[in-house]
Amino acid sequence: MAGNALTGVKVADLTWSVAGPLTVKFLADHGAEVIHVESSTRPELLRVLPPFRDKKPGLNRSAYNACFNNNKYGLSLDMNHPRAKEVLQRLIHWADVVTENFSPGVMGKWGLSYEDLVRIKPEMIMFSTSQMGQTGPRAKVAAYGTQLVSLAGFTNLTGWPDRDPSGPYGPYTDATLPHVGVAAIMTALIHRRRTGKGTHIDISQFETALNFISPILLDFAVNHRVATRKGNRCSDSVPHGVYRCRGEDRWCAIAIFSDEEWGRLCQVMGRPELATVPRFASFQQRRENEDEIDRLISEWTAERAAEEVMCRLQEAGIAAGVAQTGKDLLENDPELAHRHFFRELEHKEIGRHHYEAPPFRLSKTPCELLTPGPCMGEHNETVCKKILGFSDKEYNDLMADRVLR
Amino acid sequence: MQNKRMLPYRVLDLCDRKGIFCGRILGDLGCDVIKVEKPGGDPNLNLGLFDHDSLESEKSLLGLAYNANKRSITLAIEKTEGKEIFKRLVQKADVVLESFPPGTMAGLGLSYEELSKVNPSLVMTSITPFGQSGPYRDFKAADLTLWCLGGMAYVSGDPDRAPVQVSSPQSYLHGAAAAAAATLIALYYRELTGETQWIDVSIQEAVVHTLMNVVQFWDVSGIVLKRSGAFRTGLSTAANQRLIWRCKDGYVNFPIYATAGGAQSNAKLVRWVESEGIRDEYLSSIQWEEFDLSTASQEQFDRVEGSIGRFFKSHTMDELYQGAIERGIMLYPVYGAKEIREDPQLMARGFWSNVDFPELGEVTFFPGSPFIFSGERQDIHRAPLIGEHNEDIYRGVLGISKEEFVTLKEAGVI
Repeated sequence: MAGNALTGVKVADLTWSVAGPLTVKFLADHGAEVIHVESSTRPELLRVLPPFRDKKPGLNRSAYNACFNNNKYGLSLDMNHPRAKEVLQRLIHWADVVTENFSPGVMGKWGLSYEDLVRIKPEMIMFSTSQMGQTGPRAKVAAYGTQLVSLAGFTNLTGWPDRDPSGPYGPYTDATLPHVGVAAIMTALIHRRRTGKGTHIDISQFETALNFISPILLDFAVNHRVATRKGNRCSDSVPHGVYRCRGEDRWCAIAIFSDEEWGRLCQVMGRPELATVPRFASFQQRRENEDEIDRLISEWTAERAAEEVMCRLQEAGIAAGVAQTGKDLLENDPELAHRHFFRELEHKEIGRHHYEAPPFRLSKTPCELLTPGPCMGEHNETVCKKILGFSDKEYNDLMADRVLR
Repeated sequence: MQNKRMLPYRVLDLCDRKGIFCGRILGDLGCDVIKVEKPGGDPNLNLGLFDHDSLESEKSLLGLAYNANKRSITLAIEKTEGKEIFKRLVQKADVVLESFPPGTMAGLGLSYEELSKVNPSLVMTSITPFGQSGPYRDFKAADLTLWCLGGMAYVSGDPDRAPVQVSSPQSYLHGAAAAAAATLIALYYRELTGETQWIDVSIQEAVVHTLMNVVQFWDVSGIVLKRSGAFRTGLSTAANQRLIWRCKDGYVNFPIYATAGGAQSNAKLVRWVESEGIRDEYLSSIQWEEFDLSTASQEQFDRVEGSIGRFFKSHTMDELYQGAIERGIMLYPVYGAKEIREDPQLMARGFWSNVDFPELGEVTFFPGSPFIFSGERQDIHRAPLIGEHNEDIYRGVLGISKEEFVTLKEAGVI
C-alpha cells in the first residue's frame, strides 16, 4: 500500500496470533502488499482476546488483533469450502511469499504445502514458523507462546530466588521471532533476486527463543552450571536493581558499573560519605553488601518521583530508567513521542487508536502506517476484483456460495 | 566461512554488546561479517580471558555465543592511520554496523555521509538505546534500564515486589535482531534501486514491541496492566488465573484456556485427574465449551484450581509433560538449561552444534542457528580470537604489503 522499500513485494499472509502477523506487519509497514487471509469459520485467537474498545467484545473490536495487522488487506475465506481453492490458486499466482504458522501438516490438507506451491509457482518463497518447527517428533504438539515461555527457559529465569518463578509477561517467545522472521524472508527475497530460486523457510519459535538465552545454555555446556532467576541482580553490575519510588507502584531501575559511577550515585543521593566507606569501596565489597546498598538506595528513591530519580541520575551520567506502564509509554514518554513511535489510525469499530512503528527508521524509505488492522473480510471485494482479477459475477458467486464470508 | 551463502555481502561490525547479535544473524545468513575490534579486543567480550569459575564469565559466554559466524580483525579506528584503513575496508564492504553513542562516528569523521563518499553503495546501521534523536538520545543505558523504559519490567514479576528482568539480558538482543531485519530490508531496496541509506535503531522501541497488548489495554480499555507473578493477566479482567503450578520435582505451565482448542485441553486434563481417583464434582460438572474465561469469577477459578493443583503435585514434570503430549493437553514443563539440552525435539532437528575452540576444546551443545532454508540449517563457525583474521583481511582483502602490515602493527594501529 505504501510506496517505499518493499513496494512490489506481494505477500499472502496466512498467519494468525502474534508472531506471524507481527513479522508480516513489519514488511507491510515498509510497503509490501499484504493480503491477510483469515478463516471466516474459525476466527483467529486474537480477535476474541482483549483489549476490546470500551471492554465490549466483538470480532472487530480487539486492538490486540488490529495492532499486528495494519497496512494489510483483510480477506475472509472459508478454507474448508470446496471452492476455496479457486481463490487460493489465484492468490498463489499473485504472491511472491506465502507466510503461515499453522501446526505442520495443516497447509498440506488445504493443498498448500511447499511442494504444492512450487508446482504452481517454482520460485515461490514460503515462510513457515511454528512452535516446534516443521520436523521432529513433537512438531505437532499444540500449545501457545504462553507455555513455550516455560519450555524455553524464560519462566525459570524470571522472578525471585526465594519464590516460585513468574516468567516475563505474556507469550514472550512470540516476541523473539518477528525480526528473525523478517531477516529470513528478506534473505530469501534477495537470494531469489540474485539466483531466481525460491526457498522454504522453517523457523521454530522454540529454537529462535533459545538463541535469546545462548549464554545461559553455554554456561551449562561449558561450566555445567544451571542458571536460575536472580531477581534483578547482574553479574557485572552492582548495585543493579529496580527501586521503589514515591507514588503507587512506581519504580526506577539503576545500574552501576564502576567505582566512579558508585561515587556519583552517592553524591546525587546526598550521601557522599558512602563512597568512601570501606565495605562499599570495591565491586567485590559492594557485591557482598548488596542488600544493604539496596536498602540505602530505596530510602532515597522512596521519597522521590520515579521520573525525578531517573533525570537526576542521568544528569550525573548514571544508567537509570523508570519502569514504565502502558499508559506511561503512550502518554508520558517524551522520547517515543519525539520519534513518532505511536501512530494513530481510525478503525471502523475500534475508532481512533494507536499502532506501533517498527523499532527502526530507514533514512530514505521510512515506514508508513496508513491503514488500520482490517475488520473481518473488510477487503474481500477489493482483493478479489482489483488484485486477483475476478469479475463482478465471479465475485458475487463466491459470496453467494459463502466461499467468502 | 563455509556457511551456505544465502547472502553475498561483506559486513564491518563495530558493535559492542548492544549490537552483537545483529552481526551474528547476518553471519548465520551467509554474510562475511568482519568484527573490527580495538587492538587487544573488547574488554567486555574477551575470549582470551575465558575462565570457568570467574564471576565475569558471562561476558565471555556472550562473545562465545554471539560472535560465532564472524571473522575478527583489530584496528584502532580513532587513530589517523586507522581511519584511513577503515575507509579502505569500507570500499570493500556493503554494510557498516555500529552501536556507539550518537555522534561518536561523526566525531571520528566516520559518519554515514563521510563513509558514503568513500563507498556510495554502503548501508549503515546504527544501534543505540533510544535512537539518534530526541530528549533521551544521550541517556546512559543498561539492559535493565531499557527493559524498564520499554515497559516489559513493569508487567513481569510478583505484584508485591519490584518489576523484574529476565536473568539473562534481553533488551539488547531485541534491538540487534531488529537491526538485522532493517539492514536486510535496506539491502533488498539497494538491489532493486541502487539506493542506500542509514538505519536508526532504537533498543527501547524494540522492547516495546515485546509487550503484546499492554499499550493497547490502556489505549482502548483504560486499563493499566500490572505484573501478576505465577498468575496470568491480560486475558481476563475478572480474575487471576494460575499459569505456573508446582509439581513433584519442579513446575509446570498450564493455563485454563479459552477457544475450542483450549476447551478440549481443559476437558482432557479433567478426565486424566478423574482417572486417578481424584473426585471433584464441581470440576467434573464444568462444560468447558461454555466456560467463559473473560467473565469467570475468582471463586470459580479457585475451585477449579484446587483439585488440579493437588493432581500436579503428585506427579513429576516429565510424567506431566509426557502425559500431556499423549492426551493433547496444553501443558509444558518449566525447563532449565539441563532439561533443554535433553529435549528430544531439539535433538531430532539437529539444533545443537559441535564447535571446536582452540582454548576450550570441543563445545558440544552449542545452540544452533534458527535459520533453516529448504531443509538445511545454517552452520555455526566458532567465534574468532581477537585479530585472528588480520592477515587474511589486511593482506588478502586489502592487499597491504608485508612491510606495511608490520609497520602498522608496530604503531599499534592493528
